[in-house]
Amino acid sequence: MTSYRISGRGRIDRSKPVSFTFNGASYSGFQGDTLASALLANGVHLVGRSFKYHRPRGILSAGSEEPNALVGTHRGAGRFEPNTRATVLEIFDGLAASSQNHWPSLKWDIGAVNDALYMLFSAGFYYKTFMWPKSFWNKVYEPFIRSAAGLGVSPSAPDPDTYASRFAHFDVLVVGAGPAGLAAALEAGRSGAKVILCDEQAELGGSLLSETDASIDGRPGWEWLEAATNELAALGNVTVLLRTTAIGYYHQNLLGLCQRLTDHLANPPEGAPRERMWKVRARQVVLAQGAIEKPLVFAGNDRPGVMLAGAARSYLNRYGVKVGHRPVVVTSHDSAWLAAFDLAQAGAKVGAIVDTRPEIGRHLKERAAALGIEVLAGWTVTGTSGRLRVSSVRTNPVSRSGVVGRARVIACDALLMSGGWTPSLHLFSHTKGKLDWNEERQMFLPGEQTEACRCAGAGNGNFGLAAALEEGAKAGAAAAADAGFKTEARSYAVEGEIALAGVSHRELPTDRNTSRAKAFVDFQNDVTAKDIRLAVREGFKSIEHIKRYTTTGMATDQGKTSNINGLAIASDAVGKAAPSVGLTTFRPPYTPTSFGAFTGYNRGALFDVTRKTPIDAWAEENGAVFEPVSLWRRAWYFPRNGEDMRAAVARECNAVRESLGMFDASTLGKIEIVGPDAAEFLNRMYTNPWSKLAPGRCRYGVLLGEDGFIRDDGVIGRLTSDRFHVTTTTGGAARVLAMMEDYLQTEWPDLKVWLTSTTEQWAVIALNGPNARKLLEPLIEGIDLSEEAFPHMSVAEGRICGVPTRLFRMSFTGERGYEVNVPARYGRAVWEKIYEAGQQYGITPYGTETMHVLRAEKGYIIVGQDTDGTLTPDDAGLGWAIGKNKPDFVGKRSLSRPDMLKGNRKQLVGLLTADPNTVLEEGAQIVLDPNQSVPMRMVGHVTSSYWSATLGRSIALAVIEGGRARQGETVHIPMPGRMHAANIVGTVFYDPENKCLSALG
Amino acid sequence: MLLIRCPYCEAERPELEFTYAGEAHIARPAEPSKLTDEQWRDYLFIRSNPRGIHFERWRHQHGCARFFNAVRDTVTDKFVMTYKAGLPRPSLSELENARS
Ligand SMILES: [Zn+2]
Repeated sequence: MTSYRISGRGRIDRSKPVSFTFNGASYSGFQGDTLASALLANGVHLVGRSFKYHRPRGILSAGSEEPNALVGTHRGAGRFEPNTRATVLEIFDGLAASSQNHWPSLKWDIGAVNDALYMLFSAGFYYKTFMWPKSFWNKVYEPFIRSAAGLGVSPSAPDPDTYASRFAHFDVLVVGAGPAGLAAALEAGRSGAKVILCDEQAELGGSLLSETDASIDGRPGWEWLEAATNELAALGNVTVLLRTTAIGYYHQNLLGLCQRLTDHLANPPEGAPRERMWKVRARQVVLAQGAIEKPLVFAGNDRPGVMLAGAARSYLNRYGVKVGHRPVVVTSHDSAWLAAFDLAQAGAKVGAIVDTRPEIGRHLKERAAALGIEVLAGWTVTGTSGRLRVSSVRTNPVSRSGVVGRARVIACDALLMSGGWTPSLHLFSHTKGKLDWNEERQMFLPGEQTEACRCAGAGNGNFGLAAALEEGAKAGAAAAADAGFKTEARSYAVEGEIALAGVSHRELPTDRNTSRAKAFVDFQNDVTAKDIRLAVREGFKSIEHIKRYTTTGMATDQGKTSNINGLAIASDAVGKAAPSVGLTTFRPPYTPTSFGAFTGYNRGALFDVTRKTPIDAWAEENGAVFEPVSLWRRAWYFPRNGEDMRAAVARECNAVRESLGMFDASTLGKIEIVGPDAAEFLNRMYTNPWSKLAPGRCRYGVLLGEDGFIRDDGVIGRLTSDRFHVTTTTGGAARVLAMMEDYLQTEWPDLKVWLTSTTEQWAVIALNGPNARKLLEPLIEGIDLSEEAFPHMSVAEGRICGVPTRLFRMSFTGERGYEVNVPARYGRAVWEKIYEAGQQYGITPYGTETMHVLRAEKGYIIVGQDTDGTLTPDDAGLGWAIGKNKPDFVGKRSLSRPDMLKGNRKQLVGLLTADPNTVLEEGAQIVLDPNQSVPMRMVGHVTSSYWSATLGRSIALAVIEGGRARQGETVHIPMPGRMHAANIVGTVFYDPENKCLSALG
Repeated sequence: MLLIRCPYCEAERPELEFTYAGEAHIARPAEPSKLTDEQWRDYLFIRSNPRGIHFERWRHQHGCARFFNAVRDTVTDKFVMTYKAGLPRPSLSELENARS
């Protein structure tokens, strides 16, 4: 055992030694240690370098508020985590931790030159630096900052761990299992309410774990704690979550609880989730978050070995670790005296208690005298020394009138400070609950609340064990009562506790030049008191602005130890009371939370839905390459014998044009519109007229928004007078149905119409090519396929291969086309029958790429590719699809707004590049004059562009200002490397007379 | 995440089941062709965007799929009440009752 580990103290399990490494060196500790307590037990105070100045830093706290002691942890391949707080990291056998922000070594860090360049790095450094010459920023500052000043290193490998999540509902949620939270959970639990109690630490108890003097109901505090723990465990209606941080408090009492499940284990069970995110909805919430100790602000307050006094007391009483052999205490609050007393009793030689207050309670002075500790009352601290660990403290008397007297230097190996305590209001603040400033106590306290919650204990400004138990019990009982359970708060008898008081300070008075003092306020972001005063001098008056300019409170600790000190200094500099300068907003998460915990199960295959058609498996077995289309995966092309995409697509295109192709169109959105008013409903929704469409016929429909822009399109077949089969784009199906429902439910509820999504009820096999009819004829029953009976744009019901079908005659390729709809469960069987029957015609399965090329050759648009939400039907060349005699349809009125009638609107045109082998990039911008100066005036862009095997050259569609009137003109398309010229042409490149639609092979 | 009461299902359900659908009580004009450009513009684009009480439309998308109306306070984000589509805008006293 090292000389810093004290026998007979602490809650660590001395029968279970644990070995771990820090920066490659081996150390040992015990089960129950944090990395911080284990390092301190080994005499290690230096654990990192600071963010900006790379100053050596030690361990400031003993809890999750820690700003300094951030380490990287290695748990094997892919399991590296930066910025873990050593003060909450439980050690286990084999833990490998390393310090951050230094190069080449922790003890000799080249970045510490920043510390010497202090004047350059003052408040607003980031903003001011941007104003330097650009070359200086690019070449000097940015690389330097990026390489030297990062906070930890991001892991680069995929996270191999799994993460769980869970929804839960409780009557009462208690956050924090210190005395107040325990008392609350006990009362609520005894009432029979369904209770959940969470605490970020590995065991229940909170501040009680560091308290050894007091007794509760006649029992030592830890005995009471054990009994309380056992009682909660025995209550079947109480759930206790340890290692669980309430990270955020959201609307209507929904809280996020992040539970760490395996990080503390040397050998986690195979497949166990690392963390679990609980989303808890509670009827009533009790916040018992406790309080965080404030550092004092003086020069050199960041040196390793300078620590919060309460933390030193925790290390001693909870972990059995003496943080120094010769500590000195500097404080403005009584609580630090307890640390001095406990350490003296544990054998440390306490150099002095330096208290800023001239008057000290007699009971404290007497106890100090009894322990042989020198007391310097009414003194200040003006500096520390020691390169990698504090070796002495400089302290001076302050006269009643404020004059700082001659310095005295006291040797020490630890300096324990306390500036009082700040109630933790983070979660309360998440609810937008009001925070009230208490001028006398110099602290914010919970005010008017917006949620069903109560604050109790130190988190409510009621410090001390007795007060916490009493208020916790009352809050727990009241919460249970409000949730509908009967109970009465019990009272507790606490003995051995002394009342604690203190005062608050800004920077401590000094006899030295304050403009050179490095008195830190925000340790993690390296913000000093001087930086804050400088920001105010430069004109920043609100704490929100001061915060952003200096970055105080903006580090990963969200200023838990620094916000109140920063505010006190800012309000002094501004010359206004703290509340008028304002407190910065606390935001979730309370402490840094892994991305994995937020992600939960939603990764890999579960990240998003992959919708597959009934024919998808056939495509996969037959070598299809897939592409995602909205949530669907669709066969993109079917390469044969090592073909590349271009060769495969050319072959597929030729097969369709020359003989026969088959295409899985099942993803097409389908809506069945039924009812006596179905045609009227379609009249109102679509631009086209529907009343006169005869049963058995189809029409291409265009759907607009009320703004007049194209939203969707598709072929609509009328099966009977009151039944329509509507198709939509693949990606637009849900949107179109929602839009139709909206109008039907809220604008025209009088219409007798019913809408049903049938997208997944039908498998759709598109057959295209001159031999399509010949193929179908022997397979179809009950439909006359002759030209007279079943012309282009027809629909009929019958049977195919023995199963029911809705057969459409339509084409999205320009060739004779049929779309065979069969119930989804027959999709693959019918597909295979057709494939077999089609062998005599060389039937060729094709994918979405070939479909795109073929339709572009015909100038058929794809909504969302050739349109972008700013095109009217006329812009897209679909003016013919507007029912001229219809009094109204969705979007009609907008088509006559002045802007819609302007001549220079962007219009859809075709483009043929001067070089037939150039395939333009989709999205490329179009200019009229290639020689104009940059930035050029852009008149449109390429919307679709392909190699056309049919034409033996490239083709493109584009939108161009006033494009239709520019036919024959040459435009220019700048692309990487060179400028391409192209000729504006019509949108139909193939078979403008539509002869192929009814050609026979 | 808010809890929203669907007036058709008569139950509170998590926000995840719902989609927002813009401001309420903006009826589509019966005869748009009779509107001036300015009137049509106002119908299309002009919204109240208040600080405080807001009448808005929601849809119980992943439940009964019905559209309904809601009163929400844009400062606190909280719902004051919800009611069926087609019902008139609640009166001040109805809102006061819902709040207490
Ligand atoms: Zn509903």
